[in-house]
Amino acid sequence: MNIVVLLKQVPDTETKIRIGGDGKTIDTSDIKWIMNPYDEYAVEAALRLQESAGAKVTILSMGPERVVESIRTALAMGADQGVLVNDPGTEGSDALGKAKVLAAVLKNLEFDLVCCGHRAVDDDENQVGIMVAELLGIPHLGLAISVELGDGKIRIVRPIEGARVTLEGTLPALVTFGGAHAVWNPRYASLPGIMKAKKKPLETKTIADLGLSPDEVGMQAAKVKITAMELPAERQAGRVLEGETSDKAKELVRLLHEEAKVI
Amino acid sequence: MAEGVCVITEFREGSFRRISFEIASEGRRLADELGEPLVALALGESIGDLATDLGNYGVEKVYVLDAPSLKDYRAETYVPVAAEILSNLDPKVILIAASVDGKDFSARLAARLGAGLATDCTQLKVEGGSLKAKRPMYAGKAFAWYEWSDGSWPQMASCRPNVMDCLAPDTSKKAEVEKAKVEVAEGNQTQVVNIEKDAGGKLDLTEADIIVSGGRGMKGPENFAMLEELAKLIGAAVGASRSAVDSGWRPHADQVGQTGKVVTPNLYIACGISGAIQHLAGMSSSKYIVAVNKDPEAPIFSKVDYGVVEDLFKFLPVFIEEVKTLKSTC
Ligand SMILES: Cc1cc2nc3c(=O)[nH]c(=O)nc-3n(C[C@H](O)[C@H](O)[C@H](O)COP(=O)(O)OP(=O)(O)OC[C@H]3O[C@@H](n4cnc5c(N)ncnc54)[C@H](O)[C@@H]3O)c2cc1C
Repeated sequence: MNIVVLLKQVPDTETKIRIGGDGKTIDTSDIKWIMNPYDEYAVEAALRLQESAGAKVTILSMGPERVVESIRTALAMGADQGVLVNDPGTEGSDALGKAKVLAAVLKNLEFDLVCCGHRAVDDDENQVGIMVAELLGIPHLGLAISVELGDGKIRIVRPIEGARVTLEGTLPALVTFGGAHAVWNPRYASLPGIMKAKKKPLETKTIADLGLSPDEVGMQAAKVKITAMELPAERQAGRVLEGETSDKAKELVRLLHEEAKVI
Repeated sequence: MAEGVCVITEFREGSFRRISFEIASEGRRLADELGEPLVALALGESIGDLATDLGNYGVEKVYVLDAPSLKDYRAETYVPVAAEILSNLDPKVILIAASVDGKDFSARLAARLGAGLATDCTQLKVEGGSLKAKRPMYAGKAFAWYEWSDGSWPQMASCRPNVMDCLAPDTSKKAEVEKAKVEVAEGNQTQVVNIEKDAGGKLDLTEADIIVSGGRGMKGPENFAMLEELAKLIGAAVGASRSAVDSGWRPHADQVGQTGKVVTPNLYIACGISGAIQHLAGMSSSKYIVAVNKDPEAPIFSKVDYGVVEDLFKFLPVFIEEVKTLKSTC
């Protein structure tokens, strides 16, 4: 069984976002980069299947050289090998462009299951994974909070508003992962794991290697693009209520009822 | 030539979900700016005459796809038929819900149509006959404006629930209904095995008008009963910080923040939550924010409209009594 995990490197969630000089990207000058937390859940889920179903786990990512560090982290957690598409021609791709690149790699890999986070916590687009499934013509099962394999099928639980849906799909399939840290508790890389990871195979590819033409991806192929970014309006410093407990409680009820009119 | 706006509704268990009316209202506004028609695409089972009600929100015509295999959302059955109808219809703009299923549906549909998609938008406008969309990134730490390349139709956008203004329904207006003539497949790659409803018809955080949230300062799962009581009084949903979820006090679905739900209620009451950057990202766009925390230096206070510096175990019981008094008099 072969599992491929799509992994994106994103700014640390601690990052205070600043807009860059061009007004349409963020300032990345002193950002710490991490593995997208939802992709980390996908890696964890894949590694559990690696143990229970004897699967081989490949990490697939795209981006500049710095992304190697996040791939190595996944290898140190226990994944077997990595592939990075590192080509400046992919810059400025929209979600569909990114999906095309990843799908092109997958077409030349053996896989039964593709795993990835349901979204990356930088762009928050909720698109790339599902688009990859469409381009490959395989079913996708979205937002898994649990996953089970058996009889050539995959079963997930997917929370929707007010309910949980159990969905079953045939393989090959793509699963996107949701939930929270508490659901997946992704493992830490052990010291021996980190040592081993250094020797695991990591292949780098360019757009040309994938047989894609430069005008199929990147800025020129993008159907949507970001033309401006802005920071949310700073909230006005609010009022700290004074007095005895009962005074504060009365005043808060009054403010919410009469001023804010929300209760 | 691409023309008009098409909204894709969300129909579940015998009725349209509220977000459908929000996007119909938004679609009406955009269609008026374009000076073009507004139509809707409704997929589901047993939609019947309800489709005409979309007219209350300004929809002129509804293409209805009504089939047993469309009862529960599955990309496999929804995407091909929607893509076929939309290709024929050739709208300029497609709006869809950024609900759980809408996010899933829209991404696959956009890939099928080769369309550019902006997800989870909080503001839309028309400029020079083309859509511009504002959407949050980094869970709301920043916003980006999206534009579509020249001649790239359809322009697809999904709308965040609870953000777009819903028109007051005009019940005198009915939409024309046309049964769409496409073959709906049964689907053999994915099956819905089971749907388990949350106990007590729990309100989803992303759709709640008020959220009462608790963090590590709640000290234990049993103390959330206080927040549940308050929530019940004011019609709120209960949320949590990651610490409360990691401690096993609350289900993961209640987590608010950059790696949880991003919420925009009218009122967010944070109890015993310090206001870490990942938490603030998920709730800073709330209209009103209240915090109860015993530490006057807690970062959450930089975001609040009304702050209460006090032990929550002392304050909340008194506050709940005051709310009861208010509720009994109005
Ligand atoms: C990758 C990553 C992703 C993350 N994503 C999220 C996320 O999505 N959502 C999220 O919430 N966090 C997230 N975090 C965690 C975040 O960094 C904080 O650790 C977390 O939000 C803290 O939760 P808290 O405010 O409940 O706890 P604490 O920071 O411990 O704060 C507890 C607060 O309670 C107050 N308090 C204690 N006792 C009382 C009392 N009796 N009365 C009144 N006040 C009291 C204290 O003064 C304190 O301010 C993430 C972290 C990482 C690394």
